Amino acid sequence: MKQRSTRVRLIALGAAAIIGLAACGGSDDASQDASEDEGIETETSDSGFLTTGNDCTAGKTLAEGKLTIATGNPAYEPWVVGDAPESKEGFEAAVAYGVAAEMGFSDENVVWVRTGFDEAIQPGAKNFDFNLQQFSITDERKQTVSFSDPYYTTNQAVVGFADSPVAGATSTADLKGLKFGAQAGTTSLDFITNVIKPDTEPFVYDDNAGAKAALEAKQIDAIVLDLPTAFYVSAVEIEGSKVIGQFPATDGVAADQFGMVFDLGNPLVECVNEALSRMRDLTAELATFEEEWLSTYVQAPVIAVE
Amino acid sequence: MTSSSSSERRSFERAQRRRSTLIAAASTTAVLAAVIFLVPRMPRWDRVKKSFFDIDQASDSFPRLVDAFWLDVKIFVWTVPAIFIVGLLIAIARNTRTPALFPLRALAATYTDIMRGIPVILWIYLVGFGVPGLGLERPYNSPLLWGSVALAMTYSGYVAEVFRAGIDSVHEGQRAAARSLGLSSTQTMRFVVLPQAIRRVVPPLLNDLVSLQKDVALVSLIGPIEILRQAGIDKAKFANFTPYVVAALIFLSVTIPLTRLTDYLLSRERRRTSGTRVA
Repeated sequence: MKQRSTRVRLIALGAAAIIGLAACGGSDDASQDASEDEGIETETSDSGFLTTGNDCTAGKTLAEGKLTIATGNPAYEPWVVGDAPESKEGFEAAVAYGVAAEMGFSDENVVWVRTGFDEAIQPGAKNFDFNLQQFSITDERKQTVSFSDPYYTTNQAVVGFADSPVAGATSTADLKGLKFGAQAGTTSLDFITNVIKPDTEPFVYDDNAGAKAALEAKQIDAIVLDLPTAFYVSAVEIEGSKVIGQFPATDGVAADQFGMVFDLGNPLVECVNEALSRMRDLTAELATFEEEWLSTYVQAPVIAVE
Repeated sequence: MTSSSSSERRSFERAQRRRSTLIAAASTTAVLAAVIFLVPRMPRWDRVKKSFFDIDQASDSFPRLVDAFWLDVKIFVWTVPAIFIVGLLIAIARNTRTPALFPLRALAATYTDIMRGIPVILWIYLVGFGVPGLGLERPYNSPLLWGSVALAMTYSGYVAEVFRAGIDSVHEGQRAAARSLGLSSTQTMRFVVLPQAIRRVVPPLLNDLVSLQKDVALVSLIGPIEILRQAGIDKAKFANFTPYVVAALIFLSVTIPLTRLTDYLLSRERRRTSGTRVA
């Protein structure tokens, strides 16, 4: 009951925001009109008219009129707050609902499912329309799955204990003698082996929990993560640790770009890209969400790549 | 009369054998043909082929996987002696008969119960992160070290039970004879019971080794990059499962010879102990 009323309030808020934007932006996009309808209807009667996508998405979604979105199990902060994407809280949850709204799906028609990384890339039929859980866009992965345009770009960062040898490092040369840990199959692991090139082979874990246990047991000196996750992990998950620094994107070090994962060749990619480009250039919603969920997470000293 | 009936029987048996061979060949061909014909006609076979059987991906990953497999071999080689020594000691402890040693027997029984009852993967996590977490310094907090210890603890529980079964299988009369010859109970165990017991349990022990050889890969969960982890890294990097298939083949190249050896030893043991064989 309580949840329901919160949701209605959220929808009303969202609708108000959209109407406001439409008013000053003067956009007469079909999907926005649809969102407006949805908002107003929902405000007045609880079980009103619900929108089920726009012309672009027709016939392209898994379930007709519904948008099935997948995220990790569990989903981590600050990407999804409290492992509850339905709450729209957290950057990826907000982006997902933003994209859904741009494509004309009302919140009620967004269905969440959970998958691991492997489920997202296995060759069988997918149980989601798209999957977002900080998948980095790489050319190799494009052979097997399709990616949307990036919805977030970040740098790699190092987390270690404030009183450890890693603290105070200013260039990758200072990091060579350290033992690193990373999550398996992440671009962070590639970053360690290709850019930092430490003297000893890094240790690898299934999830951040493993890396954290190893850091606490002093089996490793530092973990490499994407910057927002690094801030979250150091502030909330590992007591006494801090973000030692971030590596700027320079020549030879590409920034990490997160994209949504689709079944290879899924035509829905076009619709999502269109929605993302509107959210980037027209409504600036992406920037708003970044400001709301990730802004506390981007100030860190820069470590020079040598 | 006898000679004609025996030659009749021989020719009948020959016909029966030929018939079995033909049926076996026909059914094998049918199954193979069905697989070869039907699988590529499945709607998403192309995608599966690309994801699991990509030759380029396989040859790209192969050297890295073989490299990583060395770590598995090393862990295997240094845990096996530990497993056998601890397992044997526990089995002997459980077989002591002095009343005063009851606590030892109880302890040994508890150890095997616990070690066999906890999933290996869980135990590796608990020991591999828990013990170093007590504040050990490098290199004594190495996940490789404590992962191996966890593996050795679990497997020594299994191996102890195998040894115990072997010891129990030696007839009580053997002990009685040895004791009546003036051997102490320790000497009886060492010179009479154990030599017979160990010979009998070699095949089941090898069976445990085959299983250990695969479980070594679980040590990767606490950090070290061995073949399973390397395959996982390549899988994630290329979004392709072929490295897993290659890793499976590398495992098979070791476990199949080991399994065949076990089978051979088993049948030799059966021949040795049970006289003639009934078809």
